[in-house]
Amino acid sequence: MEIFGLSSSALLSQLLLGLVNGSFYAILSLGLAVIFGLLNVINFSHGAMFMLGAIVTWMAGQYFGINYWVMLLLSPIVVGLVGIVIERLLLRHLYQLDHLYGLLLTFGLTLFIEGVLRSIYGASGLAYSAPELLSGSTDLGFMVLPNYRAWVVFSSLTVCFATWYVIEKTSIGAYLRAGTENPKLVQAFGVNFPLMTTLTYGFGVALAAFSGVLAAPIIQVSPLMGSNLIIVVFAVVVIGGMGSIMGSIITGLGLGLIEGLTKVFYPQASSTVVFAIMVIVLLFRPAGLFGREK
Amino acid sequence: MRLPKHWFLMVMIVLAIAAPFTAYPIFLMKILCFALFAAAFNLLLGFTGLLSFGHAAFFGGAGYCAGYFMRDMGAGPALGILLGVVFAAALGALIGGLAIRRQGIYFSMITLALAQMFYFICLQAPASGGEDGFQSIPRGELFGLIDLQNDLNLYYFVLVVVLGGFLFIQRIISSPFGQVLKAIKENEPRAISLGYKVNRFKFLVFVLSAALAGLAGGVQALVLGFETLTDVHWTMSGLVILMTLVGGVGTFAGPFVGALVIVLLEHRVGEIGTFLAQITGVSWFNSLGESVTIVTGLIFVLCVMAFRRGLVGIFIKK
Repeated sequence: MEIFGLSSSALLSQLLLGLVNGSFYAILSLGLAVIFGLLNVINFSHGAMFMLGAIVTWMAGQYFGINYWVMLLLSPIVVGLVGIVIERLLLRHLYQLDHLYGLLLTFGLTLFIEGVLRSIYGASGLAYSAPELLSGSTDLGFMVLPNYRAWVVFSSLTVCFATWYVIEKTSIGAYLRAGTENPKLVQAFGVNFPLMTTLTYGFGVALAAFSGVLAAPIIQVSPLMGSNLIIVVFAVVVIGGMGSIMGSIITGLGLGLIEGLTKVFYPQASSTVVFAIMVIVLLFRPAGLFGREK
Repeated sequence: MRLPKHWFLMVMIVLAIAAPFTAYPIFLMKILCFALFAAAFNLLLGFTGLLSFGHAAFFGGAGYCAGYFMRDMGAGPALGILLGVVFAAALGALIGGLAIRRQGIYFSMITLALAQMFYFICLQAPASGGEDGFQSIPRGELFGLIDLQNDLNLYYFVLVVVLGGFLFIQRIISSPFGQVLKAIKENEPRAISLGYKVNRFKFLVFVLSAALAGLAGGVQALVLGFETLTDVHWTMSGLVILMTLVGGVGTFAGPFVGALVIVLLEHRVGEIGTFLAQITGVSWFNSLGESVTIVTGLIFVLCVMAFRRGLVGIFIKK
């Protein structure tokens, strides 16, 4: 079968690639939104945390022989702890100031973390292979489905919806939502708000690390892998708005798909298409698709 | 308040005139260009309260444009730089016009994203030479009279341009227009309720800032004789923020001091690393010169945490 002069299986595999990128966008913008909601900080180091997630996985495999499945859980915990230290030591002292300082601080941290790792590992990629269970591919008849890519999309979506469920439907999530609306009132009810911000930051960062682990076998692991990605994710966040969790997920996936399609039909524009969509959204719906100005 | 400003200016001008006899002129010119770049950026952050994360696009974009006209179209240096400024102003109108549609932190993210888009365009467009960038931009003769091949002639030309830029910025700040900008910075809703069309002011100051950043970028392309992707990359946008932060946000002399400190540091960081390696015996420090970002990142964190008023800010009483 052919669509626009392309075999449908080629088109579908490009779409799958787009969906893989889209799931990274979704998890990353979700984490950004959760952190921004409570802390009012735009976490520039989110890309660096994504990279840390991947590189910690690589290091554990290289130096200690710890396998992928363990790291899928361990790496987010390690990076989440790094995030907690950053929040307690540095970010905490900036909440009273203009929000711009949070952005600048995390920008500086990004430069520092990337610089240190680059001085050790260089800028070129480190190879990390997918676990055996997920290597190979499945023939679905209409297309050949690479198992690992399918796993990335599946597990990302699971994590996204689990996060959505926890925030929207459970009592912990209710505290979080209340804290986003009115921190002072939540504190007055006896909730340990400082602890809540710390944990939220740690959790958001752990989400980034989780998608970093997922990315390790398909994107070259390198100290610079997160910095270009985070700028695209910023555009995603501007397009979707940070008011809604589901909005972040849908926008992330949708933009990944559009990017994948652009790669098929007009590859030159694939690196700029997300930004172009951002321009269009700003022109016609300045508050973002799911926007709610804060 | 007026007296120390002039005092400072006089000393700086005398020092700047004498400087090329003691230091390497190209290096000094680089500092001057970055000083103007940081001052242009400071016009936005320090005097209007807008954090642009995309100023590299104007700096590098003007460099590309000036380089193109000087090398491939045979334009003289003055015309080339002027066209660079016009290009930066036009780009500023596009990016600024979009970015001011959102406020606060979103403004920063939009400028960053649009500048990144411009970076990809520079990377792919055949006119900008892709990864190689623009090489061997001729210096030429100023108005057909002054030979700019001579480093000293070029230095004084750059000094005049940069001083002109500084004075222009000073003029903007102390004009009624500048007072409205200050009002926007302090309390935007109140400025709106007083009847000011805030978005028009923001737009105009953004374009002015972009044009001045372009002036700095065009001059730098002339000085160095090449223009590469480094100048349009987001790290350059970060660097100019750092210079302004180190010098002192919202001060007149801050950007100059910041540019001086940061350019010197980037230049010397390799030697500092070697020195540290010698006294501590940790050979890792030797690689510090290749990863300047570690040092810039640390200074960033330090400035934000403990040093928000900057070097100049400390000496000015609030």
